[in-house]
Amino acid sequence: MRWSETPEVVGSGAVPPQVGAATPDRESREWVRALRAPGAEGRAAMARLHEHLLRAARSEVARRGPGLPHLRGDELAEVAMEAADDALMSILRRLDDYRGDSRFTTWSCKFALLEAAVKLRRRAWRGRELPPPAEGWAHVAARGGAPGADDEAGELLAAVGAAIRDDLTAHQREVLVALAVDGVPIDVLAERRGTTRDALYTTLHDARRRLRAGLVTRGLAAPGEPS
Amino acid sequence: MSARRDTGALLAALLGPDGPELGCEDCFDELDRYVDAEVVGCDADALVPGMRAHLAGCPACREEHASLRALSGGGPW
Repeated sequence: MRWSETPEVVGSGAVPPQVGAATPDRESREWVRALRAPGAEGRAAMARLHEHLLRAARSEVARRGPGLPHLRGDELAEVAMEAADDALMSILRRLDDYRGDSRFTTWSCKFALLEAAVKLRRRAWRGRELPPPAEGWAHVAARGGAPGADDEAGELLAAVGAAIRDDLTAHQREVLVALAVDGVPIDVLAERRGTTRDALYTTLHDARRRLRAGLVTRGLAAPGEPS
Repeated sequence: MSARRDTGALLAALLGPDGPELGCEDCFDELDRYVDAEVVGCDADALVPGMRAHLAGCPACREEHASLRALSGGGPW
């Protein structure tokens, strides 16, 4: 996508900032200045930003809505409004973190999208119990020798199953199975466990590294690695 | 969906991406810079090493990247 074709994209400015350099474009500088302004000017900038955030949140809700048939239209509208409200608060709290190496509108938009996505994932799982870890584990173990799976993939999956059983801690096993096998969204698991998405991903990452190392120990190579 | 494809997808989800990658917080911090680089045709992966691998391994961050990219590429703003 070329800029000349899309002057009205995330931001209204047609000239992109120097990507990667901390030199905000004129429009971005103006956003930050106005949001920091006292009195009516600051309030007007916040109201304008909230409108942008709400449009982004509504877009996200509309994109995901068809996959969430149990959520009513008014619930989706409520999610979008809550996401815009929460995003605005986050942005105002973190305004000093804006480095100016992206457009301000792109920077601010990601907060609205994150809030909307997290709220939708959590609503989708509201009232649902997490699958017991043993069920996901059994699924992996069973799939290793399932008829129809090709021999190489089946052998690899069986070895991964053994590595999950033998090489991971109980915590790593539970997080891996919930996220990678049962498809529990990471935000939902973080909420239920009283932890953060980043902490869970670190656990997942460490578990995956151990599985890859476990395959090497067992004389196999993970996909993407030389055999 | 065939059993073969299921097995491949399951293996990919279990083993994740190969090589160094960002965590979710760093991904969020860098997402706007990465997307703006993509939009203007810069080498976003050179600008933010480890982002592509993280997006491959984290479905939630991948969805959020796709959403921001979609808006940046001509959304409703």
